Amino acid sequence: MKQIFAAILIGGLFFTSSAVLAETPEEKGLAIATEADLRDKGFGDNTANLMMILRNRHGQESKREIRTKTLEVEGDGDKSLSIFDTPRDVKGTAFLTFTHKVGDDDQWLYLPALKRVKRISSRNKSGSFMGSEFAYEDIASQEIEKYTYKWIEDSKLDGKDVFVTEQYPVDKANSGYTRIRSWLDKAEYRVWKTEFYDRKKTLLKTLTFFDYKQYAGKHWRPGAMEIVNHQNGKSTRLEFSEYKFKTGLADEDFNNNSLKRAK
Amino acid sequence: MALVVCLPVYANALELTGYLSAEGSLFIDEPLYTGQEQNAGSGAGQVEFYHELESGSSFTATVFARADSADNERSHADLREFNFLYLGDGWELRTGVGKVFWGVTEFSHLVDIVNQSDGVESIDGEEKLGQPMLHLSVPADIGTFDFFILPGFRERTFPGEKGRLRYPLVVDTSNATYENADEECHIDFAVRYSHTIGDWDIGLSHFSGTGRDPQLRYKETIGVAPVLVPHYIQIQQSGVDLQLMAGDFIWKLEAIHRSWDGDSYTAADIGFEYFFYGVFDSGADIGTIVEYLYDDRGRDAETPYNNDITLGLRLALNDVDSTELLTGLVQDLDTSARAVVVEGSRRFGDSIRSTLEAGAFLDAPETDPLYGFRNDSYLKLEAAWYF
Repeated sequence: MKQIFAAILIGGLFFTSSAVLAETPEEKGLAIATEADLRDKGFGDNTANLMMILRNRHGQESKREIRTKTLEVEGDGDKSLSIFDTPRDVKGTAFLTFTHKVGDDDQWLYLPALKRVKRISSRNKSGSFMGSEFAYEDIASQEIEKYTYKWIEDSKLDGKDVFVTEQYPVDKANSGYTRIRSWLDKAEYRVWKTEFYDRKKTLLKTLTFFDYKQYAGKHWRPGAMEIVNHQNGKSTRLEFSEYKFKTGLADEDFNNNSLKRAK
Repeated sequence: MALVVCLPVYANALELTGYLSAEGSLFIDEPLYTGQEQNAGSGAGQVEFYHELESGSSFTATVFARADSADNERSHADLREFNFLYLGDGWELRTGVGKVFWGVTEFSHLVDIVNQSDGVESIDGEEKLGQPMLHLSVPADIGTFDFFILPGFRERTFPGEKGRLRYPLVVDTSNATYENADEECHIDFAVRYSHTIGDWDIGLSHFSGTGRDPQLRYKETIGVAPVLVPHYIQIQQSGVDLQLMAGDFIWKLEAIHRSWDGDSYTAADIGFEYFFYGVFDSGADIGTIVEYLYDDRGRDAETPYNNDITLGLRLALNDVDSTELLTGLVQDLDTSARAVVVEGSRRFGDSIRSTLEAGAFLDAPETDPLYGFRNDSYLKLEAAWYF
């Protein structure tokens, strides 16, 4: 009951009734994803610092420091800017991404040594992001429209009541996955665990989320994420710090000029 | 106490970054011209100072220097950047020495005219000298407008007598001549419009002023070896660059029309990039580049690229060390002349990047500008430490 009331307050009566009374597993899966999306709506913009720790199967580590800026876009996918501070030889390299709900994302790369902005293809969804176990599609803004959904079961994970759902990429030709299984807590619709199944339908990677904190009284963000590749034995940990919300970023902070200015 | 309170507090970026590098070049064949040394070793460094104000405006200073064991002309220093960027409301103004890049193609950079090429640093023209400028940029909904006032001209650098990869005659850079009486003080102007519309990127540009590539004039003085003297003329150059994102293909076009007192020419570079992702069942990607280069001056063109096809292959392993292999081939379609470059690079540890490069110039007939490089096939190893 308590959950229903919370959902009514946040999501509105019509939506909630459809979420609760959903008939097919597909409808219920979509309703859960929509509710999770709705709960994070209105974040406006945020900035964060990111430490990416790459670990090979022998436990050797390599670190990358990245700063990110994200802008919520009404009616379309988010805009984001990622700037590399280390490794030093790529310092100042920056990615600008316009995510779209439908169709390919737009992506630009800034090469500081040449002062050149290069538009790059966003088709490489399954490619490794900077040598990590994260693919571009894992770190891209997760838009509802990019997947179809299915509710699998209600379960428990580390003592939390959770929904277990699956999502299937709409862009089957370019995604590296056939299905993605996620565990979301019923209380706050936060993802705690995700399993990625490759094109051969075997388990490729498991992503785990840690230390969620709530910002601006509404938005939950993990303090760390760790992804383990079961096929090559490598893993990558992301540690977030200095999350800031509603910093006043606008469209003009996400164009070619701001990409060239990124330091 | 009061003093302490009054000190300004900068809680923002104040950065010092750069690199130090060592490089060795080995040439397989004997040099062709008197004075040239067989091999060369050199050390270079770059330091960038960057300071950002609370408002987002910033100051940048970048100094580059190299000392070369063989070529005096290659031992040089350059102020790559020394400018203040003022961030206005819907516009920005960069004042001082700066660097900009225009264009979309990979093998030639026809429309990119603001900065002079640093000819001793690279033969592909991708290294540039700092250019004094007033650069106003106005991003608008209908596209970005860039206006440049360029006071002060930078002469192109050329290898000296002892250097490899040079013309049969030494270019006498200390006696350059100009068409315009203002010489290197002539004020040039440039304007550019660029916009992204869906999958299309469009750029239109115009430049009015001293042409960046000089005419090389033969000069004989009694008792001294003949030299080539750079002569810089006044030009008007209009450029267009187009790019279309079409799935795994990226189509590209750059074209220019240049005119000067009594003459003109048109040149173009058209081609595509195509990508293969996750090759060899790994995370590696292969990018292929095919470009056709055309210059309507034909064999009279000062560039070797007048009717050439180019092929590029870029293999990126996407591993922790960012291992990459690049190969490039330029084939003249009128003659058998061709140039091949292979370059491999990877990171060692957190801050060292090493590059091994090999280049060869093959079958160029006497009429081809590459003929002078026929004995200059090389192997170059570079290691750079970044800080």
